Amino acid sequence: MAVKSIISRPVYGTLSPQPGSDHLLIADAEGAAAILDLAKSAPADFFAEAEIVFIPRDTGEKYIAALKALQPARFYEGPSIAAALPRLRQRLSTAHMGLRLYLTGTEGLIGQAMQAALEAGIDHKSIQTEQRGSLARRVQCVHCKGITEDVTTQPARCSHCGLMLLVRDHYSRRIAAFQGVCINAEDPSQVPPMEEMFK
Amino acid sequence: MGIVFRDETFRDDFTFKNSPEHIRRFPFPFHEDSYMYAVNIEPHVPGPKGSVLENLIDVDEHYVSEMRDRALVLAEDPLRCQSLPHMTLAGWDLLELLMTEQAKGYPEHFSLTRDGDKWHWINRPLGIDHHFVFGDLTTLPYGPMEYITRQSQGDFCILDQRDGNLWMDAGIVTTQADWSLDFDIGMNFFEWHAPVPLAHEKGIFTRALKFLTNIQQGKPARRLNWTMTINPRLDTSPENYHKWGADRATVTPENVGQKVHLRVELQSFWRLPRSNAMVFPIRCYLIKMDELVTSRKWARRLHRVIRDLPEELATYKGLTLYRPTLVEWLARYDDGAETSPGFGPD
Ligand code: HEM
Repeated sequence: MAVKSIISRPVYGTLSPQPGSDHLLIADAEGAAAILDLAKSAPADFFAEAEIVFIPRDTGEKYIAALKALQPARFYEGPSIAAALPRLRQRLSTAHMGLRLYLTGTEGLIGQAMQAALEAGIDHKSIQTEQRGSLARRVQCVHCKGITEDVTTQPARCSHCGLMLLVRDHYSRRIAAFQGVCINAEDPSQVPPMEEMFK
Repeated sequence: MGIVFRDETFRDDFTFKNSPEHIRRFPFPFHEDSYMYAVNIEPHVPGPKGSVLENLIDVDEHYVSEMRDRALVLAEDPLRCQSLPHMTLAGWDLLELLMTEQAKGYPEHFSLTRDGDKWHWINRPLGIDHHFVFGDLTTLPYGPMEYITRQSQGDFCILDQRDGNLWMDAGIVTTQADWSLDFDIGMNFFEWHAPVPLAHEKGIFTRALKFLTNIQQGKPARRLNWTMTINPRLDTSPENYHKWGADRATVTPENVGQKVHLRVELQSFWRLPRSNAMVFPIRCYLIKMDELVTSRKWARRLHRVIRDLPEELATYKGLTLYRPTLVEWLARYDDGAETSPGFGPD
């Protein structure tokens, strides 16, 4: 499989302040730094009506104070992406036309927040994304359909059915995941070594 | 005279085979001794009598058994048939197209009588005699797409057309060459083709999309695609790859003739009238190497094509493990003579 990126894979940009007053910024881990960078070029009243949703993951307390210092209208700190999603879906389903969405951090966070936004009918053109930090992948096992979070190895073991999966570059925005396909189906006796690939 | 439908299997004991007439009508996909991706699209107009193109929707001796295999796949995995909410109208369009074409091509097996919205469909091979109201979901046992494609050979993707692109927003996919509808649903033309090697770089998909989005109602188009399959297995899905992948390691010089199959997809493209969506039927034809080499020309040509196939394509098509064994076996049927241009047998 070619290492270079393929077309189904999303392309991420760099966050920049958009016109409007209704801003929702969603980040995990190192994504916080992208919000802090955006703040440097943001107009003075940018955060007056803004909401920040932050999942620190392994960054712990590192960014909390700095994010709060931006004085957003609302600040939510969640223990995990999964825990934050119901709240996010509710927020998005009642969003107004002018909402600007900023997603930053791991591909897993960006993908799942994007999925919730698209389901809520938000135009993808009003969404900005920036990848920061870990390159860990969210992988759907094509066999059992279970999703394994934060995959860093190639191949990877499906956390649901246990098959050893080749993590492909083929990506589904609807599922917010890369595709995992059994790597040793032709000869199950061969078990290729796992290597750290997506750090 | 009607078709004599074979009672056969595409799994477990694999009793599938082609009658001599069906071997002769096989849609051999190589018009020359080598193969590379191209924008090989042509108008889908009726072809010679007795060929797979005699009728634009082809029904053949495998019909009844293929429909039985589809039902087995769907019972195991309902995700093989999906339709996003805005695609129901296109499903009715497809039902109309398939009922009309099958009844027109095979009146001894299918009949459709329409009285306004009151339709009467008879499918004799499957023992179906059904009155329903066109457009009324409550009068069918499944959604319209699933209802009619459980009675039609081949896979079907329904593409919504918007923003100058095609979106795979509905489909039934149980006889596929190793791709997942469940994963690809909702993707656009470039996204679902992302895994294909070389063709993006050659600009093939850009040109193909331009052609497809301009297709008009009543002017369908078609192309052929091909791969190879070990055992006559219709359901070579990624979902079940961990079960069938090992088949590729079972090819030996002794069993090539029976085990290795050329798999040809007759793909067609149709604009649908009410929804303006596009339907993409992917009709799969299988032929065993023993059957194929009954045509000297096909045998010679397939030998050269497989032998010289670019590595990227061989890998993508999953031939790597058994290609040497296959090429050696086919070489016995290649005397080096010239092959005539075109698809047909000698
Ligand atoms: C709108 C109709 C079409 C649909 C739904 C469709 C769908 C697909 C899918 C799902 C695959 C498998 C990709 C994978 O590996 O996951 C594929 C492969 C491919 N498609 Fe299409 N396709 C369409 C039209 C076309 C057209 C018009 C061309 C014209 C050149 C084309 C060329 C190819 C090629 C070259 C491959 C690789 C096949 C192989 O080597 O076995 N497709 N297509």
